[in-house]
Amino acid sequence: MSVLVFAESSEGKFKKVALEVTSYGKKLAEQMQTNLVVVTAFVEDIDPLAKHGAEKILIGNQDSLKSSDAMIWADFIVATAQKENAEVIVIDSSANGAFVAPLVAAKLQAGFASNVVALPESLSPFTVKRKAFSNKAFNHTTFETDKKVLAVAKNSFGLFENPVQPETETFNPALGEGKITRTALDKAQGKVSIADADIIVSGGRGLKGPENWHMVEELADVLGAATACSKPVSDLGWRPHSEHVGQTGKQAASNLYIAIGISGAIQHLAGVNSSKVKVVINTDPEAPFFKSAEYGIVGDAFEVVPQLTEKIKALKAENA
Amino acid sequence: MKILVCISSVPDTTSKINFTDNDTRFDTNGVQFVINPHDEYSLTRAMWFKEKQGASVTVASVGEAAVEATLRKALAIGADNAIRVNAIATDGFFAAQQLAAIVKEGGYDLVMAGRESIDYNGGMVPGILATLTGYHFVNAVNGLEIDGDIASVTREIDGGKEILSASLPLLVGSQKGIVQESDLRIPNMRGIMMARKKPLEIKEPVEAITATKAVKFEKPEAKSDCKIVESVDELVNLLHNEAKVI
Repeated sequence: MSVLVFAESSEGKFKKVALEVTSYGKKLAEQMQTNLVVVTAFVEDIDPLAKHGAEKILIGNQDSLKSSDAMIWADFIVATAQKENAEVIVIDSSANGAFVAPLVAAKLQAGFASNVVALPESLSPFTVKRKAFSNKAFNHTTFETDKKVLAVAKNSFGLFENPVQPETETFNPALGEGKITRTALDKAQGKVSIADADIIVSGGRGLKGPENWHMVEELADVLGAATACSKPVSDLGWRPHSEHVGQTGKQAASNLYIAIGISGAIQHLAGVNSSKVKVVINTDPEAPFFKSAEYGIVGDAFEVVPQLTEKIKALKAENA
Repeated sequence: MKILVCISSVPDTTSKINFTDNDTRFDTNGVQFVINPHDEYSLTRAMWFKEKQGASVTVASVGEAAVEATLRKALAIGADNAIRVNAIATDGFFAAQQLAAIVKEGGYDLVMAGRESIDYNGGMVPGILATLTGYHFVNAVNGLEIDGDIASVTREIDGGKEILSASLPLLVGSQKGIVQESDLRIPNMRGIMMARKKPLEIKEPVEAITATKAVKFEKPEAKSDCKIVESVDELVNLLHNEAKVI
């Protein structure tokens, strides 16, 4: 028996979410009194995994894993789970994690819970807490199956260092050919994505037009933050849909979310509830967002935001 | 081209979420149910395939009689026929098994299922359904074109998008962007009248497993009051020294 974690890499490096699921897997293995196995592919430097408690690491490096077909990746993870007799498989909630996790569950006839926010509160029955109703509630889910697949919600568990000397093994099970091929990739270079961001700066209709977005971008730049927007802003075409945060858009699970000129409709709040600290800048003291925020300034974004950018720049220079 | 659009009937996005029976059940009292937004985007895209490429469009849902109102709305928007599996969708695994039986029987070229429902947010039905049916599968789809039996599929990834090529039969976990918000259709009176006459078939469930159970619900703890600050200096100070996020 074991706990298996799938640690996703990008361009040969681990994403933060990979270390978060490894941290989760380590604690879960301790709770279940079993060992942790981490599976990954195409990485040479496995130190970050070792630092977060990966006792055993399986590394795939065959060409089949260059496929864009998640079914191939699912077969790879399933083969690992079978080899290691895994009872619980832990996967992150990135775009790729969300793609592959249900496939692994279906292939293993395992129960699946997404958006998991904590270690199991009980092992028998196996019960986890997860986010539901678009962050407006939680539910406690029990499993009826022997094998379980958990997708851990981003930034909900945290990173825990637990250095070990791992045993590593190259693992290349027989995999089929992918049926889906990539014809184009369009990834913004040098920009922080909402999914990976620790800080998000988001703008609403209060900014009056796309020509004023430089204020949002300048603030995001000094903070190393991703930029986002409310639904009306993306529907009006001021900003791309990929920046829409809310119930039907992206989920913002950052440490800091700065909302500028966003009133805070219930659908928008559903997308930001998982962020830890929310700051609201709005001229209207009655804006509902203030009720959901930790800090607020009642004021004109056109005055407050440039000042904020300057003050943070000064703070960063001071601490550099 | 035969298209199946899977429909989940969910609380309207503005609904207040409450629980009943000692927090073991979602309180449907006063809640209006609608087509899951990601499914509504899919249905609208399917309508374009119908109008421009002569596709037929079936909608299907797993649920008790109450979901028929949501299916009738999908028919009013323009779907040709509807199927309801007469069972409570106890979890995503169970729902996917029911839908798999419909997919296998109907032999659809394209199956569209929303990336997730906005109530339970399981995000598992498209993937499990693809695995059970053997259909080619792409998740988080926000663009789809089909020429002959080849599909060009836009998939949202973290920080961008990728274009994938796949042959039919294909299953997509679709989301906003596959059509725009402004493309969504409000059923007109003629559509609503016609929907009443369109076939809505009721099927009994196939034998299936329920893999998980939602046993208890809770709402997030009430948060402490927002600190309204008077100056930008004070805000920067609090974010740096108190919240420690910058």
